[in-house]
Amino acid sequence: MVRQLKYFEALHEAHRELLADDPNVLVAGLGVPGPTGIFGTTKGLQEEFGPERVIDTPSSENAMTGIALGAAIQGKRPILVHMRVDFALLSMEPVVNQAAKWHYMYGGVMRAPLTIRMIIGRGWGQGPQHSQSLQSWFAHVPGLKVVMPTRPYDAKGMLIAAVRDDAPVIFLEHRWLYNLEGPVPEGLYTSPLEGAEVLHQGSDVTIAATSHMTIEALRAADLLAAAGVSAEVIDLRCLTPIDGDTLAASLAKTGHLVVADTGQASYGVVAEVMAVAMKRAFPYLKAAPQSVALPHIPTPTTPALADLFYPDATDIAQAALDTLGSSAQLPKPAADRRWKDTPDPSFTGPY
Amino acid sequence: MTTQQKDIRAAAVLPDAKTRLAVLESMIRVRLAEEAIAALYGEGEIRCPTHLCIGQEAVAAGISVLLSRDDLVFSGHRSHGHYLAKGGDMNAMFAELYGRVTGCARGKGGSQHLVDLACGFMGAAPILSSTISVGVGSAWAAKLDRRDQVSIVYFGDGATEEGTFHEALNFASVHKLPVIFVCENNLYSVHSAMDIRQPEGRPIALLGTAHGMPSVTCDGNDADVVHAHAAEAVARARAGEGPSFIECMTYRWMEHCGPGDDIPLGYRTAEELADWRIRDPLAIYRDRLAAAGELGAAAEADLMKKARDEVAAAVAFAKASPYPEAAELSEHVFPV
Ligand SMILES: Cc1ncc(C[n+]2csc(CCOP(=O)(O)OP(=O)(O)O)c2C)c(N)n1
Ligand SMILES: [Mg+2]
Repeated sequence: MVRQLKYFEALHEAHRELLADDPNVLVAGLGVPGPTGIFGTTKGLQEEFGPERVIDTPSSENAMTGIALGAAIQGKRPILVHMRVDFALLSMEPVVNQAAKWHYMYGGVMRAPLTIRMIIGRGWGQGPQHSQSLQSWFAHVPGLKVVMPTRPYDAKGMLIAAVRDDAPVIFLEHRWLYNLEGPVPEGLYTSPLEGAEVLHQGSDVTIAATSHMTIEALRAADLLAAAGVSAEVIDLRCLTPIDGDTLAASLAKTGHLVVADTGQASYGVVAEVMAVAMKRAFPYLKAAPQSVALPHIPTPTTPALADLFYPDATDIAQAALDTLGSSAQLPKPAADRRWKDTPDPSFTGPY
Repeated sequence: MTTQQKDIRAAAVLPDAKTRLAVLESMIRVRLAEEAIAALYGEGEIRCPTHLCIGQEAVAAGISVLLSRDDLVFSGHRSHGHYLAKGGDMNAMFAELYGRVTGCARGKGGSQHLVDLACGFMGAAPILSSTISVGVGSAWAAKLDRRDQVSIVYFGDGATEEGTFHEALNFASVHKLPVIFVCENNLYSVHSAMDIRQPEGRPIALLGTAHGMPSVTCDGNDADVVHAHAAEAVARARAGEGPSFIECMTYRWMEHCGPGDDIPLGYRTAEELADWRIRDPLAIYRDRLAAAGELGAAAEADLMKKARDEVAAAVAFAKASPYPEAAELSEHVFPV
């Protein structure tokens, strides 16, 4: 049996093996060598690989991104880490104007092999400035590869692929995935930075999802099975581009689509997936697709509103029934906790 | 580094006894409120990131007594002390932490987004250094309107590493704006010490000097010292002479975020914390006032009881308050 690792352990191992394999790999970010090591993903790396290659940084997101780009064009392969995507917003200029474009605007003579890890999340009152899911901002910019690994296997394999890729890669990790366990091989292997993957086969409805919403979609598939509906779950994995082949193949079977994303529905991944489905699978669609994502509202902090703000497996399953025009009843969710703002009941805050 | 020390001379005169009592009372209120939050956090009803300021109370206490209701304050993630010292409603603060509709932001903001327009607390936001420029803009508006109004911006040592910090100071200096930059240097940014983030031997106040404003590094655990420097800065601002910069050396007792002790993490030593606890800004001040005959035992007990009652009432108010109704979710996205 393949060894089981948690998501954060898979990321940690990827960093270690990359650092050991290639002297040009660098890891930088505020708190990277610290005692908590970015949720354990970079813990102990400075002790093992030295303070030159694994560095703490000032809170200077903008300059640090330009600095990483400068090192990258000199042959380094930096991994820059942001504890939250919200903090990375201070670096939009060097990401969007510079790193994304240096290969193209210099006629292909320049390469920026830069990997930027950004953490997204939800829950425990993270509120308007600590919880955003801005993947569509980055995916909108030509020249950036944007990935959202869901499983520990991909977390490791895609980080290795990202660091070895000559393009800048935006690597988005959802906080609620860190304790997820799954098979992870030892040694350096890569997972492709494009293409979706079917994680659960089904015949009635296709659920295409990103990151943590893929986990919710798998739970939704169980709820639907109990209601007699067979759902196919696609982990989108990579946003640039959306994998139209996998989507169309699934829709040819099911004819029904639900798209679930961690970000806002409007102008985002949901809109893009639906556009691709229209173009690639229009003849197969038997009903209007449904979306399960965030409303066009900033994140409220109080759990009383955050619980209404964030969709979960039940919402996805209901959306599936809606697009199927089914009045089947879903099993009632277990009322085991007062609020839905933690990944599991053992979590007691703070973030 | 002596050049910047003399830019602001510590005022020779100490605040009068009445003012000093107000400073002490302010510190007591903040201390007891923060201790209550730490004690209650484990109940799991305060469900948001919460950054406590125990150990750093002297800064806002020393400054706020110089301000009128019309003066404005801006802050970052560690804002409870700044809010309460400026006169922010304690009930509304606790209710905000508890996510209730009676909170100062109706529960939508939580600990990191306090606001109280009635007392001139203009908002706090946890994106490092982001409110610094907003405070400068507020001072710009005050100047354009010929208003006698000072804006205070509080931020930490870490925030000075962001580009916008420098851009904001530059603009404030060029336009001689009535703003005071108050850096609470507590030596750490989360778990990262100063030496890996900023040049050794360069006080942060020198960055204020570099941007052309009187700047000083002072003992941020001594409310009288902070008060003296702030008095000069406020006078300058009111006289139309422009911004000032005050770096207050201080120390955070609790973990970066949350109610606990973080010494086991190992990024700072128990000895260092113990040293700073000896320099407890509240105890030092209380003892000083007592020694000067400005605070009797009965008066002290009174202040403590008043603050304790106020905190208990605020907690009870928060816990008894309702959560926002579902309809609130989509309200306030745009003004109507
Ligand atoms: C732009 C940005 N980057 C990173 C963070 C994460 N962060 C939150 S608080 C904090 C520490 C800041 O240190 P300092 O400014 O010294 O304030 P202190 O916490 O010590 O009061 C950091 C890095 C953030 N909030 N915003
Ligand atoms: Mg600090």
